[in-house]
Amino acid sequence: MNIQIRPILVALRRHKAGTLLIALQIALTLAIVCNALFIIHQRLANMSQVSGVDEADVFVITNRWANSDQTTSQIDAQVRADLLALRQLPAVRDATPGSGYPLKGGGWDNYVMLTPEQVQPTTDAAVYTGDEHFIDTLGLKLVAGRNFRPDEVMVMGTQQAITPPSVIVSKALADRLFPGGHALGKSFYSMGPVPTTIVGIVDTLQRQGVDRYAQSHAGQSLIWPLRADDARGIYYIVRAKPGQLAAAMREAPKALLEQNRMRIIDPKDGVQDYATIHHKVYDNDRGMAILMGIICVVLLAITAAGIVGLTSFWVGQRRKQIGVRRALGARQSDILAYFLTENFLISTMGVVLGTVLAIAVNLWMKNRFEMSSMSMAYVGVGVLVLLLLGQGAVLAPALRASRVSPVEATRGG
Amino acid sequence: MFAYYFQLGLRSLRRNPALTALMVMAIGFGVAASMTTYSVFRAVSGNPIPDKSARLFTPQVDAWGPQQNLKGGEPAEALGYVDATALMRAHEAKRQTLLYQVLLSAIPAGNRDMPLSLISYAVSSDFFSMFEVPFRYGSGWSAQDDDARAADVVISDALNLRLFGGANSVGRTLDLSGHDYRIVGVASHWNPRPRFYDLFSTDGFDEEPDVYMLFNRAIDLKMRPSGRNSCRGSLSFTTWQGYLQSNCVWITPWVELDTPAEVAGYRRFLTNYAADQQRAGRFNWAPNVRLRDVMQWMDYEKVVPPESRISLAVALGFFLICLVNTIGLLLAKFMRRAGEIGVRRALGATRGEIYTQYLIEAGTVGLAGGLLGLLLTAVGVGGIGLLFRPQIAKLATLDPSLVALTFAVAIIATVLAAFYPAWRAAHVQPAWQLKSS
Repeated sequence: MNIQIRPILVALRRHKAGTLLIALQIALTLAIVCNALFIIHQRLANMSQVSGVDEADVFVITNRWANSDQTTSQIDAQVRADLLALRQLPAVRDATPGSGYPLKGGGWDNYVMLTPEQVQPTTDAAVYTGDEHFIDTLGLKLVAGRNFRPDEVMVMGTQQAITPPSVIVSKALADRLFPGGHALGKSFYSMGPVPTTIVGIVDTLQRQGVDRYAQSHAGQSLIWPLRADDARGIYYIVRAKPGQLAAAMREAPKALLEQNRMRIIDPKDGVQDYATIHHKVYDNDRGMAILMGIICVVLLAITAAGIVGLTSFWVGQRRKQIGVRRALGARQSDILAYFLTENFLISTMGVVLGTVLAIAVNLWMKNRFEMSSMSMAYVGVGVLVLLLLGQGAVLAPALRASRVSPVEATRGG
Repeated sequence: MFAYYFQLGLRSLRRNPALTALMVMAIGFGVAASMTTYSVFRAVSGNPIPDKSARLFTPQVDAWGPQQNLKGGEPAEALGYVDATALMRAHEAKRQTLLYQVLLSAIPAGNRDMPLSLISYAVSSDFFSMFEVPFRYGSGWSAQDDDARAADVVISDALNLRLFGGANSVGRTLDLSGHDYRIVGVASHWNPRPRFYDLFSTDGFDEEPDVYMLFNRAIDLKMRPSGRNSCRGSLSFTTWQGYLQSNCVWITPWVELDTPAEVAGYRRFLTNYAADQQRAGRFNWAPNVRLRDVMQWMDYEKVVPPESRISLAVALGFFLICLVNTIGLLLAKFMRRAGEIGVRRALGATRGEIYTQYLIEAGTVGLAGGLLGLLLTAVGVGGIGLLFRPQIAKLATLDPSLVALTFAVAIIATVLAAFYPAWRAAHVQPAWQLKSS
């Protein structure tokens, strides 16, 4: 089959407007689709980050104190009684007090410095507080050092600034502070006058927040041996025995209320399992991915439909010429090849322009929304998709054209 | 003539059903995507207090210094206790308030119910007049009450309904977190969004607060902020006094300034205040202050979620593609009738008439696209909860103005898209067409 490009180009010159419109549409579609794919991929990557928590069995109780005038020792007595009650429940494996929990959204974070005189922070760490049950409750993996001893756990009253002498850090924070894997036993300063010494390293412990700032310090977390006896409230993180999550979630708030009724556990979201927490914190990311997905699909469909429409029109207009070509000896496959090639030429024009546009759009989004650079792989995928889409869309009208009978040449009109 | 062309347009819609359906769908989807994302954008970027937004200012004073302040040398987004109360004492603005979020709980009478957790703000007396809080019963408290550190509260309509069945509860006593308070006012439903007055602790789209109490009273009761708190450097406070004197910021100040002269005057005052602190040795850096009004503050705090901007931008791009698509399809549709146009031109129709006829025909396509777009926008607005947090999603509504805008955009865009195809149709050479038929 010998495809002649010159006659196609000559014919296209007579349809400048239509050609340009299809090329423009393909270009714009490419620009939007590859940026949308890029956004989808980024959001999905956010959502697939591992929290490090045994998400299947862990849930969180948001416990607020109804009476704000309790002293720290009163609160601490209550917290210890609560924890004892929780740990004794048949469906519960372990429980820890906390001032926050992974994927909470927002939350406490501290600057981290290596020396006391340092003003500019070395990095930033999400701060978790808990007792010696924290690691077991969340299901974290201790990869070096040891867990907290019960006698290390200190009491922290309402928003006191206390730096405990020992700390367990996530591997990401350990590596950031002391590259080379010698973090154990080293000390650092975290917004306090006294150093804190690394006694243990856990494998993965995601931060509380998932916003841009948190992403730039992803996985850098520290755990301090503190019972956060804040007058406003406390989180109880509870790990159910395998398969007993539902039972534990029913029993736990009841047990707490039996301890003392002067507390508030919101009936709506006071007790949340990790599936819910995980789902909620990534609402924005998921929404964006869905929206971009819908737009991509509809956009490709409309572009394809547009190509079908315009090509059908051209075929209709050129019935007589096609008939003449057929009468002069062109085979059906020649006609088919003609239209496929024509579309390929137009699509190629479109994707070349589209590649430039796609990069321009990405640059604009980078400036405007602090997004990162798009890998050219997305453009590559987009180009491929659009070329195939063009060929697919043109197939039906082209087949119809190839079936035009040579008799058409003799008809008027 | 318009009615006749409109009829012709309608008839022509039926002539190439596939082509017409394609155009209508392109316009419909394009308009719907734009309108759905616009409805969210409109809700999150609107001016929450239009008549006063240019007269309300939040002052900022850099108490952290150039080494520890925010990116670009910006001072902290809130004030610490020392600076906040100093600004209040100076009283350089006619109206002024401090505010921060506190956590309160209401203990219902009897022991039947669980305590309720209440979203609350500690504010100064001017808060209510500055922000035009509407009252169902009673009013706010007075400046004298501020000084007397009274146990007064204003509660929301919703809380009044829950606790008192909606009756006038002004003058009644309410136990909040173990302390008795006197209700002086019940606010009517008031939840400006974005919540411009507290962008430090909220993202602007939280639930309506339940209780407003005296700032001074909250300080007396050592009530820690339940919202955000941000500190710098090495901290070692263990007492309430230590916390108040620390560099932690947690209080949002607002002042009302009516004239440019007052604004300039307040700016001078802030600079002088910071210079005084420098002279006193509290700051060892030059004055670094800001005075932003409501819209500037919302802009600086990036209230509009990037998701909203990105989705609007992408939807508009999508609409543009739909329009390019429509231009091509209209061209095909019009040029298919070149013969017919030739006959009409030969019979004396002017180019202008052809032009008008085809623009009106495009308008009918736009109208149909608008109808479909409206339907899809309704679906989109209904399903926006999939894409945005509930607090934001419920702000997006299909109100009459959005309906009108949907139609207007659909029709105007289609007519604009038809300019070129109609021009081509009007320039059909009658002789050519007549010859070949």
